Amino acid sequence: MSGDWELLTPLLWAAAGETAFMVLITLLVGGFLGLALGLGLYLTRPGNLLGNRFVFAVLNLAVNVVRPVPFIIFLVALGPLTRAVIGSTIGIEAFTFAMCFMATFVFARLVEQNLVSIDPGVVEAARAMGASPFRIVRTVLVPEALAPLILGYTFLFVGVLDMSAIGGYLGAGGLGDFAIVQGYRQYDWAVTAVVVVIIVLIVQAVQWLGNLLARRALRR
Amino acid sequence: MSTRTSSSIIRFEGAAKVFPGRGRSAEVRAVDGVTLDIRDGEIFGVIGQSGAGKSTLVRLINALERTTAGDVVVDGVSLGSLNEARLRPVRAGIGMVFQQFNLLASRTVSGNVAYPLEVAGWPRAKRDARVAELLEFVGLADKAGVHPAALSGGQKQRVGIARALATNPRILLADEATSALDPETTRDVLDLLQRVNRELGVTVVVITHEMDVVRSICHRVAVMDRGRVVEVGEAYQVFSAPAHDVTRRFVATALRDRPSPEVLERLRARHTGHIVTVGVDEVAGSSAVLTRTLREHGVDGTVVFGGITEVAERPYGSLTVELVGEVAAVEASVAALRVVTWVDDHGRAAA
Repeated sequence: MSGDWELLTPLLWAAAGETAFMVLITLLVGGFLGLALGLGLYLTRPGNLLGNRFVFAVLNLAVNVVRPVPFIIFLVALGPLTRAVIGSTIGIEAFTFAMCFMATFVFARLVEQNLVSIDPGVVEAARAMGASPFRIVRTVLVPEALAPLILGYTFLFVGVLDMSAIGGYLGAGGLGDFAIVQGYRQYDWAVTAVVVVIIVLIVQAVQWLGNLLARRALRR
Repeated sequence: MSTRTSSSIIRFEGAAKVFPGRGRSAEVRAVDGVTLDIRDGEIFGVIGQSGAGKSTLVRLINALERTTAGDVVVDGVSLGSLNEARLRPVRAGIGMVFQQFNLLASRTVSGNVAYPLEVAGWPRAKRDARVAELLEFVGLADKAGVHPAALSGGQKQRVGIARALATNPRILLADEATSALDPETTRDVLDLLQRVNRELGVTVVVITHEMDVVRSICHRVAVMDRGRVVEVGEAYQVFSAPAHDVTRRFVATALRDRPSPEVLERLRARHTGHIVTVGVDEVAGSSAVLTRTLREHGVDGTVVFGGITEVAERPYGSLTVELVGEVAAVEASVAALRVVTWVDDHGRAAA
């Protein structure tokens, strides 16, 4: 039953590398664009700094439409756009592109929800001191919401790791693919268990780090 | 006193702010055609119940809210003609303190005070020196490195005042600056605002629903009701001769010196003589006038209710007195008192 670990270990390392690539790119791109989109949602909400009913409605609708679509269906639906941008609908790049897309929308909502909790009085005070909207974003909104933003980003990491598990579907490889191909399909539960343990350990470590950083940001 | 002049620094010219109705809710005329001059160097109070429009009115001065009709002229600049980007330097030249302090929780005390200086583009060294000077002025030099969460309400408001003064503004707006504080801390913060006015010559606009705040520091006051200014004048004038019902109610809350009908009923039960309430103000001097007048008419007076306080540093209040003596002498003494002050004659018990 138990597989040959001398053969499996290099494959496991390769799979871990693929997962790291997918997750890190997605966290970087999705984190940045999600922050921007989330700020856009917050700022354009009617009554806020750049309140604009129309822009807000469009952004809000986009987030509401994309977010609830199951990722495996979203992958297929995004196919034409993926082909246009990446040149192919399969492979690790195509898959990572779709992940970035979904992560942006997921994180945008998280960012917006965290910003809403900021006391509007603080924003008003900054306006009264002559600060521009861009300065307020940089010096008030992000620093004031930093702790919840870090926790939201940690949450995003877990979600992104989850998404990456179906990478095999588009031939992107990764730990999820390894667990299915080398474990499930070979009836080798030990291999699957090893992958599960690795993923749990990674999630635990990242969550610990996120909590630590958030706590440090809150130490006031 | 301060460098009070009669030249106007803030002028409302038929200023109005209407918030459009949403859905089924009607539009709100928060400020409804206000024309008003605030003079350079004075402490000007705006008093009104919550919802009277005073917070919106003060926000028209630094254009946090834009007028929907009329104009506001600050230091000769018509705000109505400026776009958002042009308004920013105007705002930077006007300090503002808030009821809930609105300090940045992510910054230390000195970081908060430095914020407006960063916005104004001061170089770091100049900024540090200015922050130290300001914290010294408000008495918080030892709290520079502390985060706001570790401060008391009064200390937070002093940081708020230091921050508002950072860029040497000529105008300071205080929006219910003491409403979240206990009475003793309120006193400290009001003293500080008075120092800002006297020592720095800053024009202070105080928004409040507490007549006590007006009583203790304001030179002039405007009374607001439903978006309109219903009365404006020297604080002492408004206090001693309130012309509007709303003003009268506020005056009554500041000094509970006039007996209510229930109190009067109890006074009658206790005292059989003729009961009058006599105003005590600058003109009537003090209760000495009352004492002398009664003595001249051979009438005995016993103070049974009342109070005297200071408004704009002048005596103000009333005494309710039981007069005992010959009917004619009592009548004559009341007539004599009427010459120097106001008298409310409650008469004698019907029995």
